[in-house]
Amino acid sequence: MHVYKVIKMVKIRFSSALSNVTHTRETVLELGDTTVKVVLDKLVEQYGADFERRILDKGEIRRFVNLYVNGEDIRHLSGLDSPVKGTDEISILPAVSGGNFRG
Amino acid sequence: MSHVIGLKCRECGAEYPAVIQNTCYECFGPLEVNYDWDYISDNINKEKIASGPKSIWRYADLLPLESERRVDLGAGFNKLHHAKRLGAVLGLDELYILDESVNPTNSFKDRVTSVAISKAIEFDVRAVGCASTGNLAAAVAAHAAKAGLPAYIFIPGTIEMGKIVQMLIYGPNVIAVEGTYDDANRLASEVADSHPDWAFVNINIRPYYTEGSKTLAYETAEQLNWQVPDHIVAPLASGALLCAISRGYKELERVGLVDSSDIRLSGSQPLNCSPISSAVQNNCDVVPVRNFETVAHSLAIGNPADGYYAKCAILDSGGYAASPTDNEIIEAIHLLARTEGIFTEPAGGTTVAGLKKLVESGHIQSDERVVVYVTGNGLKAQDTLLKSLQRPPVIKPALSEFEHLLAPEHNIYKQQEAVHLARI
Repeated sequence: MHVYKVIKMVKIRFSSALSNVTHTRETVLELGDTTVKVVLDKLVEQYGADFERRILDKGEIRRFVNLYVNGEDIRHLSGLDSPVKGTDEISILPAVSGGNFRG
Repeated sequence: MSHVIGLKCRECGAEYPAVIQNTCYECFGPLEVNYDWDYISDNINKEKIASGPKSIWRYADLLPLESERRVDLGAGFNKLHHAKRLGAVLGLDELYILDESVNPTNSFKDRVTSVAISKAIEFDVRAVGCASTGNLAAAVAAHAAKAGLPAYIFIPGTIEMGKIVQMLIYGPNVIAVEGTYDDANRLASEVADSHPDWAFVNINIRPYYTEGSKTLAYETAEQLNWQVPDHIVAPLASGALLCAISRGYKELERVGLVDSSDIRLSGSQPLNCSPISSAVQNNCDVVPVRNFETVAHSLAIGNPADGYYAKCAILDSGGYAASPTDNEIIEAIHLLARTEGIFTEPAGGTTVAGLKKLVESGHIQSDERVVVYVTGNGLKAQDTLLKSLQRPPVIKPALSEFEHLLAPEHNIYKQQEAVHLARI
């Protein structure tokens, strides 16, 4: 008898403005159901302090960064606590194109 | 020797060559065009401008193009109306309106698009595109047609039929996206990011694009005989327009064409979608709005790209921001048409309604020289406006039937008379 395991992968797309840090435009993580914060912790582990500096400021998403889960800005969800399911797609984009410079 | 040095990050100052890029790779901040101001100051003067083309290109020395290959449908060089009758109704001594409804595709977006697509030609791109609430879509579609480039245009599915008809006629690829402008814009951003040889005018070549709106300030000053207003009122959507107008006046002072750029900047945004106005009124962060519905579709941006900078520019200048209701917006469209003969869409109605509110609240003083930017044409929003109008009465072709209509109980005619009393 064969046992099939369904692997659920979160897909993360990076803006080209992050390419000099991530050296890729896309990655996948196997995390199961989790939160944006856990995904970011994992990405910081993978891409290092440069990535963290670019995305986070004192543990919060920086003013110039928009992070979307399935197209929804996490500022309209629950911020870093927004839930992420195993099959979700995350996009990290500069706010200059997607909007929202908070003062 | 060129007047354009390259791009520069507004936040950290990092410099880049003039390429297709809108974000700083160091800090994610927005990029803006970095000019050689000494070169420009040495090469610009009033006589040269006066003898230039009757379009935005008379100010080419202050625009980010490095070649003469311009995609020009004739944007700009529009009339600055001395709005005496509207001024009298509102209690303003000196009111002017720059009428942008008469541009080639009937909104101010022709200015930014002519600059952006000319720049795209310099970059030798394979296609152009934009995210749009409708006006930019028409401008991009028309200029792309003129340039012979394919266009990819992302719009929210809810905009006015008049705008959809107008953009489709030029033959672009139009993609209607479920959700709001912000959803369409986010998707277009990702598309632009995956196609480095496509130029999305308000996304990856945004630093050049926003420069086109500076010509609104240049044109105003030139028509005021190189004087500046005391106070300007502009519509607020992404906030980029108000920032560009402010920059335009500052640059005129910098190159010595005007003596001062000390101008109060005020904005107006529809109450149901007013993240920038709310931030100004409460002196707080610009908080994005997710769900909104307003008649002013062209201002319906919940997540404004330049909201932070627009808020700062308004507050730093001593201006303020209004947020009129949909009813006030429609009433202002009627008021502008009936006093000045200018037919604007709800974005222009928002600006005029905002002007009225700012005068009433004392944020604009009666003795200030005020310039209002009316950015789009009412013919694009006929479906919205038809609901606010009475169908004309149908009569038999007999004089007696007409005389009957003049009877006092037919108040449709009395309404118009009341406004006419404010004759100048």
